[in-house]
Amino acid sequence: MLALLAKEPSHGFQLRARLNDALGALGAEINDGQIYVTLGRLEKAGLVVVEWASDSRARPERKVYSLTAQGHARVGEWLSEVSWPKPDIAEFHLKLIAAATAGLSDPLAIIDAQRRALLRRLRDAQEAAFAEPAGSPANLLLEGIGLRLQADLRWLAACDAAWTKPAGKRGRS
Amino acid sequence: MTGAVEQFAAVARGVSKEYGRDSGLVRAIDGVDLHVAIGETVAVMGPSGCGKSTLLHVLGGLDRASTGEVWLAGHRIDGVSERELARIRRTAVGFVFQSFHLMDELTARENIELPALLAGRSSRMARRRAHELLDSVGLGDRAGHLPSALSGGQRQRVAIARALVNQPSVVLADEPTGNLDSAATLDVLKLFKQLRGDGQTFVIVTHDERVAATADRLISMRDGAFIDETRLTGKTAGPLADLAGLDG
Repeated sequence: MLALLAKEPSHGFQLRARLNDALGALGAEINDGQIYVTLGRLEKAGLVVVEWASDSRARPERKVYSLTAQGHARVGEWLSEVSWPKPDIAEFHLKLIAAATAGLSDPLAIIDAQRRALLRRLRDAQEAAFAEPAGSPANLLLEGIGLRLQADLRWLAACDAAWTKPAGKRGRS
Repeated sequence: MTGAVEQFAAVARGVSKEYGRDSGLVRAIDGVDLHVAIGETVAVMGPSGCGKSTLLHVLGGLDRASTGEVWLAGHRIDGVSERELARIRRTAVGFVFQSFHLMDELTARENIELPALLAGRSSRMARRRAHELLDSVGLGDRAGHLPSALSGGQRQRVAIARALVNQPSVVLADEPTGNLDSAATLDVLKLFKQLRGDGQTFVIVTHDERVAATADRLISMRDGAFIDETRLTGKTAGPLADLAGLDG
């Protein structure tokens, strides 16, 4: 949100439009309330200031949000940070081991359920990509989601192969 | 049961396919049952050598089952003569391959016309149908191009149009995106989606999770047998924003 304000002071609805451009249909999943709550938090933290302003036509005054010096510094820091989402696959790995060693559940059944869920998500991501204009920023984001899901599905295939007993089809039907 | 079988675009019942004999015997598919509903898209995934391509060949009459029944568009094909099989294959099935298999010396339009002419359509009918199909796969302005003048994605779209020319009951596709980059894959997936919207039935063998995710049903194969079946239609898995790390 701060980064979206870095360009110029903006109304809430302008921020909304920029979010929609950047995120496409995913932006629509963020409601207006969330945007204003976030702006309120940033204001309290001293990163954003709010002024009432009106354009020249006889419209009611609206809040215009802009970055403080501290806000600009925070955006600069954020841009230079190296951060990447954690893959978080150890939990699933441990689940398979726990299921197998304690004999509580068939690891292959757990893998199948996970594969179903990931494929549905991949389908949703592709459906969303079909709906965005080719080459749009939103499409690039959806491609990233799709590629991560594909990587997860390939790892699941490796889990499947490893947990399948050498005898073949035991435990599956 | 015959009545029930006729309601499906393609059916395999207890189908096995063996190669070789005695100690060299290989069972490529082993007692497989599959009912493909009209308008359904079924994806088949599995490691190399699991029998998925053999299944596709047996379903499409390119290869004969060793045992079991195979039905296509209401015709039982496992016992018919070669001549009859060739006739059914020409009209009831469309094939799409990983490496396109277009004739290099024919234009896009001529490649699409060819199976229609072989099926006994008049050249005028074949040409009209080829133009319709080129338009529907978004290549209306490429009719006169040779395959060598087309990108991989465009060649595959021509191959898909060719598969559709005789209005087959089922299109069988073997790794249709295997030779395509990411953008061309998305184009082909969009095209499949459009054709499914028109009611076309597909069985697609694939390694590509993106292709599998577009299916109504996903079958996983190993060692010649089905090991898992996933129905992918139905409710969504939750907001995509979660996957993008957007939490407001």
